[in-house]
Amino acid sequence: MNDNRTIALVAGVLALLSVATAVGQFLKRHPDRGLDPAAIRTFNNRLRGWWILCTVLAAAFWLGTTATVVLFGLVSFWALREFITLTPTRKGDHRALFWVFFLFTPLHYVLVGLNRYDVFSVFLPVYATLFVLARVAFAGDYKRFLERTAKIQAGLVVCVYCLSFAPALLQIPIPGAADADRSGNFRLLFFLILLVQFADCMQYVWSRMLGQRLVAPAVSSNRTWEGLLGSATSTALLAAALWWAAPPFQLWQATLAGLVVAVMGFAGGMTMSAIKRDRGVKDYGTLVVGHGGVLDRIDSMCFAAPVFYHITLLITGVKPG
Amino acid sequence: MTVSTAAIEDAAMLSPADITEKQLAPPKASARSPLCRAAGLGLAGLARLLAGASIRWIASQPDTCQRVYFANHTSHLDAIMVWSSLPQSVRELTRPVAAKDYWSRGIVRRWLAEKVFDAILIDRTDIKVHQSPVDMMIREAGTTYSLIVFPEGGRSVSGEIGEFKSGLYYLAKKRPDIELIPVHIDNLNRVLPRGEFLPVPLLSCISFGPPLWLERGEAKLDFLARARRAVLSLKE
Repeated sequence: MNDNRTIALVAGVLALLSVATAVGQFLKRHPDRGLDPAAIRTFNNRLRGWWILCTVLAAAFWLGTTATVVLFGLVSFWALREFITLTPTRKGDHRALFWVFFLFTPLHYVLVGLNRYDVFSVFLPVYATLFVLARVAFAGDYKRFLERTAKIQAGLVVCVYCLSFAPALLQIPIPGAADADRSGNFRLLFFLILLVQFADCMQYVWSRMLGQRLVAPAVSSNRTWEGLLGSATSTALLAAALWWAAPPFQLWQATLAGLVVAVMGFAGGMTMSAIKRDRGVKDYGTLVVGHGGVLDRIDSMCFAAPVFYHITLLITGVKPG
Repeated sequence: MTVSTAAIEDAAMLSPADITEKQLAPPKASARSPLCRAAGLGLAGLARLLAGASIRWIASQPDTCQRVYFANHTSHLDAIMVWSSLPQSVRELTRPVAAKDYWSRGIVRRWLAEKVFDAILIDRTDIKVHQSPVDMMIREAGTTYSLIVFPEGGRSVSGEIGEFKSGLYYLAKKRPDIELIPVHIDNLNRVLPRGEFLPVPLLSCISFGPPLWLERGEAKLDFLARARRAVLSLKE
């Protein structure tokens, strides 16, 4: 039963990606269709990114929970690099940053891997925050103290803490599933990733098609209220259509999760846009062609993951840890 | 612009042909043993991973011809990073010029400097007239090797690029055939600032610019200012 659902999900995704790739290649070879060539290129680049994403995820899922937690840990580490690189720091922050990168971030993911919800839910927001404040104070540079510590803290919370709730989904005991059977958890995580990616895409499509009212023109020139509404509706519909794949959810619960994921993803994109605008850059880096930096890819995920995690806890009523 | 030929004609002191015949000992067949080569490869990879370096060649291409890479200097990692950013084939023929007082201290550093990077160590505290650092660089470079130099003469504290010392000018004057490649190192001072020994793994950027030469009759200060501007212009 469980295995059938996994197979159905994998087959569905593969089919969708293959069809999209075929369409993308067809459009590339026939440029005389009146479509914007730049849009086709963006589409094809995005597709390539998704193939890479799916391959990496499949490998991590196949290797198991630990490998997936490690994968997300590496993504967090890289995103935090991009975040701190773009925020100006002073020499007085150097040693605090060293511990943030090499102690707090890895240790947090170890706690996630050990399923210690009681510790990891407060480790970064409380203890890392206190440490950073004190360490920067000890370094003796008080210039713009609150601003500097707030930047480090924001980076830690968004890039590391929030994102880690995605692999933490793998530890939630799912009602009705055998203890050793984690396939339901992996489907739940994949469900989240799929919804986030889909919401991102739909936001773009709806904004392009119907977009009239920009949410905040100074922050983002392509995020509209129509895009948000359209993305929330289509993502909720997709979640409803795929509710069978996400084990603890009933139909209405999956729909609600889809809606919330879309709204949170939109909020994440807006937030990162604001930071990028402030720093005067467009993308955070160049890892995969067409996908900007790691942080550009996971901004929606960072905002959606903790909310999705807690919705799952509330709905199933299970205790984590 | 016939910059290069003009410069060569102007510097009648030594033509490249003279240098090969008289002034220089034949270059060593291979300066690095296989073990040190492997260590160099590993270290280059590690440095690039740690400092998350993106490498850009702006109006410039990597080449094994003789060159002097001159860069701004903000961190102990600078020499290793520029060296690591070069393709393997170019790296084999490129020797960083580094301060003896730092790189000959301790077994590990000395081994790295002498065997792995094959660095040319300059004694900053004891500069003799008949044995100037520039002469030493030219002798060590021979007709094969390229050099990595930091014309500010030391690491800047603020991260701003300081005035260039005159060594680069004399290097250009005595060896007008060598291409001078400006290199800009961005953000490495945040990875490992002066006075720190633990690195923070931020992302850095190494940019290589188009070659320049000493122009006919160009004054020393003008040339040094132009070279400095070439590095600055790579900052975007």
